Amino acid sequence: MHIPDDLLYTKEHEWVRIKDKTATLGITDYAQGSLGDITFVELPKVNGAVAQFKQYATVESVKAASDVYASVSGKVLKINEELSAHPELINQSPYDKGYFAVIEVSDESDVSRLVSSADYKKYVEGLH
Amino acid sequence: MNYVPHTEEDRAEMLKAIGVKSIDDLFIDISPALRPKSFDIPEGKSEFEVCRYIKKLASKNATDLISFLGAGFYDHYIPAAVDALASRSEFYTAYTPYQPESSQGWLQSIYEYQTAICELLGLDVSNASLYDGGTALYEAAMMAIRLTGRKKIIVDQGVNLIYRTMLYTYTSNLSIEFVETPVVHGQSSREAILKHLDGNTAAVILQNPNFFGAIDDYTDIASKVHEVGALAIQSVYPISMGILKTPGEMGFDIATGEGQSLGLPLSFGGPYLGFIAAKKELVRQMPGRIVGATVDKDGKRGYVLTLQTREQHIRREKATSNICSNEALCALRAVIYLSLIGKTGLKEMAELIYSKTEFAKSVLEKIPGVTVKRSSPTFNEFTICLPKNADDVAHKMVEKGFAAGFPLGRFYKGMENYLLVAVTEKRTREEILKLGDSLEAVLCD
Amino acid sequence: MRLIFEKNVEGRRGFKMQSPDVPPAKKLDAKYLRKDPPNIPNISELDVVRHYTNLSRLNYSVDTNFYPLGSCTMKYNPKFTETLANLDGFTAVHPLLPQLSGGGALAQGALEVLYNTKKILCEITGMAGFTSQPLAGAHGELTGVMLIAAYHKHNGSRRKYIIVPDSSHGTNPASAAIAGYQVIVIPTDKDGYMDMAEFKNSLSDEVAAVMLTCPDTLGIFNPRIKEIADLAHGVGALMYYDGANLNAILGKCRPGDLGFDVIHINLHKTFATPHGGGGPGSGPVGVCEKLTDFLPIPRIVKRPDGTLALDYHRFKSIGYIAPFYGNFGVILKAYAYILLLGKKGLIEASENAVLGANYCRTKLRGYYDIPFDRICMHECVLSASKQIKNGVHALDIAKYLIDKGYHPPTIYFPLIVKESIMIEPTETESKETLDRFIDTMIEIARLAESDPDVIKNAPITRPVKRLDETKAAREPDLRWKNSIKSK
Repeated sequence: MHIPDDLLYTKEHEWVRIKDKTATLGITDYAQGSLGDITFVELPKVNGAVAQFKQYATVESVKAASDVYASVSGKVLKINEELSAHPELINQSPYDKGYFAVIEVSDESDVSRLVSSADYKKYVEGLH
Repeated sequence: MNYVPHTEEDRAEMLKAIGVKSIDDLFIDISPALRPKSFDIPEGKSEFEVCRYIKKLASKNATDLISFLGAGFYDHYIPAAVDALASRSEFYTAYTPYQPESSQGWLQSIYEYQTAICELLGLDVSNASLYDGGTALYEAAMMAIRLTGRKKIIVDQGVNLIYRTMLYTYTSNLSIEFVETPVVHGQSSREAILKHLDGNTAAVILQNPNFFGAIDDYTDIASKVHEVGALAIQSVYPISMGILKTPGEMGFDIATGEGQSLGLPLSFGGPYLGFIAAKKELVRQMPGRIVGATVDKDGKRGYVLTLQTREQHIRREKATSNICSNEALCALRAVIYLSLIGKTGLKEMAELIYSKTEFAKSVLEKIPGVTVKRSSPTFNEFTICLPKNADDVAHKMVEKGFAAGFPLGRFYKGMENYLLVAVTEKRTREEILKLGDSLEAVLCD
Repeated sequence: MRLIFEKNVEGRRGFKMQSPDVPPAKKLDAKYLRKDPPNIPNISELDVVRHYTNLSRLNYSVDTNFYPLGSCTMKYNPKFTETLANLDGFTAVHPLLPQLSGGGALAQGALEVLYNTKKILCEITGMAGFTSQPLAGAHGELTGVMLIAAYHKHNGSRRKYIIVPDSSHGTNPASAAIAGYQVIVIPTDKDGYMDMAEFKNSLSDEVAAVMLTCPDTLGIFNPRIKEIADLAHGVGALMYYDGANLNAILGKCRPGDLGFDVIHINLHKTFATPHGGGGPGSGPVGVCEKLTDFLPIPRIVKRPDGTLALDYHRFKSIGYIAPFYGNFGVILKAYAYILLLGKKGLIEASENAVLGANYCRTKLRGYYDIPFDRICMHECVLSASKQIKNGVHALDIAKYLIDKGYHPPTIYFPLIVKESIMIEPTETESKETLDRFIDTMIEIARLAESDPDVIKNAPITRPVKRLDETKAAREPDLRWKNSIKSK
């Protein structure tokens, strides 16, 4: 299980990479593994608003549909257009090519409610 | 008799294996207080007795009338091969094809049905079928509500009143605004539609041919509808698609209709077949089952139920629809029917029906006092104005051996003297002439 | 097999049409006409017949295979009901005939079928009135929820929630949601029942109804059902009965007596009408006395002279659920089935359905985990949790059963049991069939230990091996296009 050190996480298995005031969002290796082959992703609209820990996307495998929650609040700057034609990128490259969206962070204190890589790692290990 | 094969010995062995003394022990969770207050069902009869009784009931229904009654449900000939194939019990005693490897026959048939529906309507994707034309129209309306996030729907009064009533029933607990626009001289009022069409409109619903039988080219309406970001929905009569302009050609987003005419008997109202097709970008909002082609482990073509994350068994309260059963066996009849009739046959049949309808017009308009409404072209059905109450006339025509048509006063105020006359390929020249003679006689009475 | 479209040969015909006996009409203006005819195949009748005959042989069906598909009640469908539904006296009747002035006289037989069926369903279920309009089980649920909404609205009560247990069919929450309600989901307790503490907490005067399947989807009859109904009624909520599992309790208890206010019946399950690869079904809805005014129109009523008529003058009615009177052909088959079985036959059907399920359950004990191993009703739920340790999932077991000539049980439902395998043998299967099936299930349990790959590679006997469902969902190919060539 790959859990990069330089990212922050949620207990719903989302990751976020924060750089200045922008955040890149996605789902973790653990999440993609338990969902199985991802067949479809519904992403938010560019310029739309997302709220921390509220649903902003949906990810589907053949026999399941799961809500994905935003790690931080803010405005959607960009979505990963590649995913509509190639949802498998989430399985193949969850932390890079399989990112979901880039958000302009509206409240920097959101970060304090996220989990470090070490804590997320412990959390995932505890699930088994 | 109950089709239970167990002998007394079987039952005893089974009870012993379970570790109980009697059948009653299996129902211990149902306490005496919960037992039926009554269960007054007649004792069973033999197969012969039941058949004799039901045949007696069948004989009480009038089946010898020469029918010009349509109103969306038509008396077409059904080739014998349709019955022969659809009554193969490998088809009719199967369930929904949840396990694709043991259901390829069903899955391929449905894939073929979906293809045929797309071809008929000139659209990209079809589902595996819906209950009937009315529920299909409701599902289309709900697709538009979800896709646009808007709550207003414009419905043309040329849409079958039965379907309009169903739409209002289904949405009575939701806050959806319906605006009805009138039919003027047989055709949709562009003026009224444009007046109501705005940025809050989710969809405009039209029917072709409309309830009065009039045909139209709605291309202009579809483009106006798209200008405000709404969806254009059309209910169609499938046989007319042998010649008439398709919803796809008119730029419509969704088309629905009643598939009864595609090889299904009238059967006093069902089972029928709802069909729905749409542009491909709307597929994820489609209701119900959808079959898709894929490959097996060895790369061989096969078929599965697909895009199931839309459906109730996965999405539950967030599903696009609550549909579980569809009308698969009716869809199978439709694709068999279309395969038998064929591309050439369907065109010929549509032309024949159109010609017979025009012939019927020419016969009926010769009757003194009868006017055929000719303000718009029609396909298989047309409206006549009588000098008397149409309901009374239709009643008297039954005595002459005819179901002469549908009295429009039942559905439209102020049209008490109007009769809607339907013609199928089954109606002969002689029958049409006799209809004219009998109507003349009834009107002279 | 090639698609019917791939068998097209221009010039072939599959149907001989009559020659025109009227002059050709003046051609319609081109703006009304389609450019090209629809691309459906031109093909001979024999080719059509052979195509669909051969396709039919690729299906498993009740007539060819044991079909213990849990929750679907795949019992034998008697042949005589097919013959009756195909009588001209029914198939040729236009549904608008009785809506013409004096037209009721032309369809008395058909109206009698509907009227009598409703009467008999009332007695079987203990309800006061029925509508035959709903065209399938889920359609019945939606009708039922709309009746509930109309009832509350009429009483000036604004309610926004419907309670469903987490073991419910997906159609329950879906029906509630599309009728405009929010759904409250109650978890299942350790004994397999709806959690009573959570249930009580969720009840309020904003709850419109509680939707239950009884026996539930684990095949268990909840002995506290009356208490649940009393609690719901205590806050003014109505009780909805999902009739999917009615085949377990005919003559043993009636939803009406248990306190249910609205119910639907799946005629294609309990009353043996064939399900035709996914439909048509039929889902008549029954209601208690206080809801009868809201039933869809038209109602079929008996006149003083004994004749039957359609009554549209019900001002509280919710309106039209179907274009006419329901799936008449299906209702007729169910009616004939009920007449043949009669009181004794119906009771015996339920008793033997329950017997078969318990027999399967006890015989498979030890080989499979049985999460709620107690007397069950008409179906039993196993789990492949033991087999998973060797990498064998419920799906693999299902696929191996296909190779052995069985339609698999329902798998992965109910969702609350991991790796669930839901077996509903029905009353019409003989002990020999059950024994052979049980032996196969035991063989699978052994193979899962000794040679799991054999199971995981199944099926190998069918026209196709396991299909790539991911590809199907990622690259939807939902219709034939000229470019696709057969392999």
